[in-house]
Order: sequence, then C-alpha cells, then structure tokens
Amino acid sequence: MRSENVLEMEGICKAFPGVRALHNVDFALRKGEIHALMGENGAGKSTLIKVITGVYEKDAGRIALNGRPIHFRSPKEAQNGGIGTVYQEIALCPNLTVAENMFVGRGRYAFVQWKRINEKTTRLLSSLGIPARPTQQLSSCSLAVQQMIAIARAVDMDCRILILDEPTSSLAEDEVRKLFELMRELKSRGVGIIFITHFIEQVYEISDRITVLRNGELIGEYEASSLPQIELVSKMMGKALGDVAKMRKLEPLAPDSGVPVFEATALSSDAGVRPFNFTIQKGEVNGFTGLLGSGRSESARAIFAADKVTGGEVKMNGRRVKISTPLHAMKQGIGYLPEDRKGDGIIAELSVRDNIILALQVMKGFLRPFSRKQAEGFSDQYIQSLNIKTPSTNTPVRSLSGGNQQKVILARWLLTHPEYLILDEPTRGIDVGTKVEIQKLVLKLAEDGVSVTFISSEIEEMLRTCSRLIVMKDREIVGELSGMNLTEQDVMHVIAQGGE
Amino acid sequence: MRRLKAQVSHLFLPLSVLVLLIVINLIKGADYFSITVVNGALYGNIPNILFGASELVILSIGMTLVTASSQGQDISVGVAATITSSVFVLFVLNAGNATLLTIVAGFLVSCVAGLVIGVFNGTLVSVFKVQPMVATLILFTGGRSIAFMIDGKLSPILANDISNQIGTVIPGVPIQTPIILTAVFIALVAVLLKTTNLRLYTESVGINPSAARLNGIDPKKIIFLTFLIMGVCTAVAGFIAVNKAGRHDSVNLLKLIMMDAILAVAIGGNALSGGKFSITGSIIGAYTIEVLNRTLLRLEVETETIKAFKAVFIIILMVVASPVVGDFAAKALRWVRFRVDSGTVPETGAPEAAAASDPDTPAKKEV
Repeated sequence: MRSENVLEMEGICKAFPGVRALHNVDFALRKGEIHALMGENGAGKSTLIKVITGVYEKDAGRIALNGRPIHFRSPKEAQNGGIGTVYQEIALCPNLTVAENMFVGRGRYAFVQWKRINEKTTRLLSSLGIPARPTQQLSSCSLAVQQMIAIARAVDMDCRILILDEPTSSLAEDEVRKLFELMRELKSRGVGIIFITHFIEQVYEISDRITVLRNGELIGEYEASSLPQIELVSKMMGKALGDVAKMRKLEPLAPDSGVPVFEATALSSDAGVRPFNFTIQKGEVNGFTGLLGSGRSESARAIFAADKVTGGEVKMNGRRVKISTPLHAMKQGIGYLPEDRKGDGIIAELSVRDNIILALQVMKGFLRPFSRKQAEGFSDQYIQSLNIKTPSTNTPVRSLSGGNQQKVILARWLLTHPEYLILDEPTRGIDVGTKVEIQKLVLKLAEDGVSVTFISSEIEEMLRTCSRLIVMKDREIVGELSGMNLTEQDVMHVIAQGGE
Repeated sequence: MRRLKAQVSHLFLPLSVLVLLIVINLIKGADYFSITVVNGALYGNIPNILFGASELVILSIGMTLVTASSQGQDISVGVAATITSSVFVLFVLNAGNATLLTIVAGFLVSCVAGLVIGVFNGTLVSVFKVQPMVATLILFTGGRSIAFMIDGKLSPILANDISNQIGTVIPGVPIQTPIILTAVFIALVAVLLKTTNLRLYTESVGINPSAARLNGIDPKKIIFLTFLIMGVCTAVAGFIAVNKAGRHDSVNLLKLIMMDAILAVAIGGNALSGGKFSITGSIIGAYTIEVLNRTLLRLEVETETIKAFKAVFIIILMVVASPVVGDFAAKALRWVRFRVDSGTVPETGAPEAAAASDPDTPAKKEV
C-alpha cells in the first residue's frame, strides 16, 4: 500500500437484484490528483461513487482511506470522514443566501451567529477565488458560481477527497474554465478529486489519470497523457473504433442544387437573434455553430417558431408559408428536438408510448385519437429501430436513462416523417455509444433525403456530421464553412474574425 | 391484464378506504345493504349515498380536469353552481307554466351561464396566468351576491311537478333521478375521454407546459378548455342541487362543496400539482366522502362534532397515503419477502423499480 494514495479500493463487488453492478473493481486515488472515472451509462460509475460515500453497502472488497480500512454506512459518515460529493444537479437552496447555503443543516446551535458565519464564508470564498458575496441570494449567482459554492461547501468540511459527478454538464464554456481553476487550486492543496463527466475533451484538459469501467468491470487505469482519445473511447465502448472512423459525412451540396427545402429571409424572434437568412437543401446536414450564447439555439428556435417570431419570411420548397407556432412548423414537416431535454423535451410522467406518439397525435388532431393498438404499434416500431432500452411501452419516460430519453424524443419526431429535422444538442449528457448511434442516424436520415440541422457544443461532433457550418457570434451569422476536411481551427478562425 | 393491474393499483387508496368504511358500517348493523321499495322506488343506504353524492361527483370530475391542466384548484365551484342554478330558476319562473320544454331550455341557459363562468375563470388563469385558487377566489367571494341579484329575492321556490321529479324520483322509475343524471354525465365524460385526446393534452400540459407547446399543444387553450368543462359541470351540479332542494337558497346552496371536491380529487390518488389524472379515482373519492359523512351520522356522532371526526379521518387517510409511508411499507414488504423467500430476490432491476411496484401487492391480495 503506497502512502500517497488517499483512497484505495480493492475487489469491490456490488450486485442488485438481477444486475451485477460492480465486479471486482479496484480503484486508487492519489493525494492531489484529478482522477477521471469514465464509462458509458450503466458502466458502474455511480455505483462505485455510492459505495465510497456510503449510500450503498458493498457486497465484497476493501476500502481504505489514508491506509486505514473504513466502512461508511451513510453519506453523513462519509462526509465526516472527509469525503465531499457534489452532484450534477446543484443541491442547494436558490432562495437562501450564499452563507446560509454554506452552513444550512450543519450548525448544532439554537442561535445562529450570522456575523461569524458571514465572515467565515467571505474568507472561504476569497481563498478559493469564488466571485460571490455571502449575503447575496444564491439564485442571483451564475450556475457556475453556484456549482463552485456547492464545492466550497463540500470542501469546507475538511475534505480530503472531493467527488464531482458531472459538474460541468450545465455550464457554459467560460464557466467550465472557472470551475477548472477551482479544481486546480484544490488539487494544489492536496485534495484528491474524482471527476466524472461525459465530456472527453474536459477529461484530457484537467485529469492526471483515467480509470475506465465497463459493464461493472474495471477495464484499466491509465495516465491521461499516454492514452489517446480514440483509444479511451474504444475502451469505454468495448469495441474497436472502426465504427466511428468509418462514419463518413456527406459531400457538401452545390449551392444551387435545386429549390431549398427550407428558406428563411430576415427571420427574427423575440429571443434576440438578429434577422438572419438561412437555407437548407434536401438531404443536407448543416449546423449552427458558435460559442454558447452566440444565438445558435435561438436561431433554431426561430425556425420552429418555438420563440415568438417577430419578422421575416419563410419558404418551404419554394412556397411561401406562415410559421408562427410550433404546430404550423410541424404541419410543414419540420421537427425540432430541443436543447433542454428535461425542460422542453420529455413529458416525464407520461409513458414512453405517449411520449413517442405525442407530436404525430397532435398533428392528427384533438378529435382524432390513435387507437391503443396503433399507438402500441408506432412505439414498438421505434423502440426496436432505435434500440430504446425500456421495460415496456407503459414505463414512464422519466425512469429511462438520459440517452434513452433522448431516443424517445428522436422517435417522436421520426414518427412524423419530417422533411426537415432540427436537432439541438441531441447528444448532450449521454454516453458515447448512444452519441455515435445518433450521429449515424443523422447521416442515414440525410441519405434518405431528410434535411437535418445539427447543433452541438462539441464542435468536433459537428465537423463529423455537418457538411455546412453556419458560424454565429453575438446573435448574428458571421460566416459559413463547407467542405469535407474542416477543422476546429477553421471554425475558431471565423469566430475570431467575425463581426470585426 | 397488465393495464387492469395498473388501474387497480392506482385505485387502491380510494377503494380500500371505501371498503374500510363499508366494513365499519356492517359492524354497526348488518342491514347496511338492505334496500326497500317505497312507492316503486328503491330506498336504503346505497341509493341514499348515490343520491347524496351526485353534485359532488360531478364537480369532482371538473375539479380533476382543472387540477390536471392548471396545476391548481377551482374554489368557486359551489358558488358558480349557485349562480347557474339561479339563472335556471329565473328562466323557469319567468316562463310561467313549467313544462318539460321550459325546464330543458332553462337547463341549457344555465349551461351557458356555466360556460360564461368558465370563460371568466379560464381567461384569468390561462391568459393572465393568475394562480387558479386566487383567480377563482374572486367568484368565490362575490358569486353568492351575484346569484342573489339574479334571483331578485330570497329563496324563490320551484313548485312544479317536473322539478320535483328531477330532484327526487320519476313515477315508475325505480332509481332516483339525480342518480340517473349523474350516471349519464359520467358516461358522457367517458365518451369525451375516449373519442378525443383530452387526456393526453391535459396531462402533457399539466406535467410540462413548455414541452407540450413545442409539440404543438397550446397550453392556454387546454387550460381554458378544462375551465369550460368545469363550467358545464357546475351547471349540471347546480341543476341537480336546486331541483333536489325545490327552492333556490343563494346563501347555502352547495356551500363549501369545493373543499369536498378537492378532497375527492386527492383521495382519488390525483396529485394536486397537476399532470396525470384519474377521473375514476375522483368519482370513487367523492362517493367515499359521502359514505364517510353518512357513516359518522350512523355512528350517532353528534352533528356539532361531526366535522372534527371527519377531519381526523382525513388526516389519517392522508398520512397513510403519503409517499413517506408508502416507501416505508414497500421497504417493510421487501424485507418480509426477503425473509420468507430466504435469498431469492424479486426479478426487478433497480431498487427504485422494486419500490414502485411493491405497493401493488397488497392491492392484488385484497381486491
């Protein structure tokens, strides 16, 4: 047992009824390192974390903290033992102040000494470089700052190990930077950090080592610097990357290849996009790219009339049409998968079946419901063709994993047989395997003649699927790129030059 | 079969309460179910319950829909029914001779009044985004005065045979008329749900209005629609109530019935925060409340203290039905099963799924 390891786990096993969640997994975390825990959904990452933090009891194996065997029976015990955990969803109270959030539920006193608490909070925040005041209401802080406050709260409890479960999934790029700075600061203080994320780029940016899990088994532990990205992905997926490498996007179409499927002139919406022109040809895959907040999502929403359209002219196959509500857009053959899956996409408590048929049913009309049998048929068909993992068509969509929820929404739109499909962040927060499946699906759709607008915050993913990129900056289109061999640099170049 | 099971587990709470109350009644006296025939019509505890709960059942159907779509409650239902029935009474009394035609016409006019009320409440809630309870508080406060103004005097009397027959029994028909009207109304609602997408749209809007909108459903229209349906429900309930009473008492007609209607929705297993709904549950809930009222009377609880007993019963019911107790019961059940089967664990995937399916088991055993 080497002394530099703060946490050592050996031969951890954990089974749930019918599922072997972890089998003989070893894991070691050094003092002052950032260690990425990688794996697809269901690989056992969360289970491993929950075993560490005492949420689950392990079936077998040893855990040692600073060389001493430990056995936490509850998250509270783990916390007292110096393990802080921050989950994806910020578990703080938005209507309390920063200081209140830092100390809520922790005092043992009948009387709270606010002055002291505020002073203590100020000291802690400034030492970690978090830009917030103790008396500020938490909801007035940005998401990143809230996330950092959650981390500060965890760290303040004299923590030696910090577990960050998908901390960046709701953050913008510059916010991620700030979070990383904080992580580096903690690292330099000797805190061992376990970092879980779906963003592979981020792993390479900040991690020292990577442990890969697959189907509850340990695949290996690697130095981040010596594991090429493509190999990491193939280790996570458990198959050679031929699949991904073989994927070939479509040749860009000549600009004058027939009447565009969709054409917008000076389209604008009340969400603040400047009037823009946009066309897409039959079978074309294009995408809006740009930094977060550049207006790429807003443009997509304007096309679908998800935001109130304030001006402009729209043509479908050369014919002028009026699209002022999502229903108009749907009736014109446009489908739209929104960026915010939980907030705008799924109807969480409704069944997988109802979620799949929803859009087509609405297009058919209020007075003409599908029979139960038809609905079952539709949902069965897409559960099969998209390989949606669900116990039954009756299962509430809420209980599916993120990737499967996203597939349900895809199924919803594919069922309407759209001519033009807008996918805004279809792969956010879902595992690599499903990501590749969705990318392949997009190319397949395009081959079948569907036009697709694909938006992703991972530029690399867009480069792989889109034959034409529309670059946005400050809510305006600043350039356009097309070609088979575009690189991230090309896009950055346009963004940097654009609007100057 | 699977569907049936899901249905039954959903209705476990209201049904078990109903069964419990009936058992209490049977202990008190075995003649509980006895039905006698008086003048060719059926009388007894069961007909009395069905008769007494008519208005509540109809209003709780509307309340279920409003709750599901708007994620809030309409507290003006009793008052609204008083207004619609005052319109009905006004129409019938002004028409001179009360014939079947004038009664039917009066009913239709009162339905229009109900729709107007629905438009009023629905506009406030859907267009102006006022909290449903606050929006309907307006009518709750001022409505009885409006009914009084429409009446023109205190308690006009509906002295005609047809009204009497609607309120009690039609000669030659063994079942009291309000029971038949309620049954017809329930059937109409069932047809409405079967032949339209009311359920899918309402649930979608109640669960996630933003997602519903992006799938082409206009949440405003759906919330508005449920308030219109509520308007019709109040008109029907007011019509039954005023014909039962034989006179229009603007002050006391269906007083505070919205509390029971909301309670019926809750007992029926519906979330008061909207979303998925069960009208069957609410209907059973409404009858359960009526059974509870009559059980307390039968147990000779003093009339002055009856409300306190009712409150205690409801507290117990709500605690038993709470997710906290549900989780605990599920855990306990799993533990017992685990001991009994000694090692063979149920074939459910995640522990969450096991917790969700466990409460079904007692339902299967009891029903």
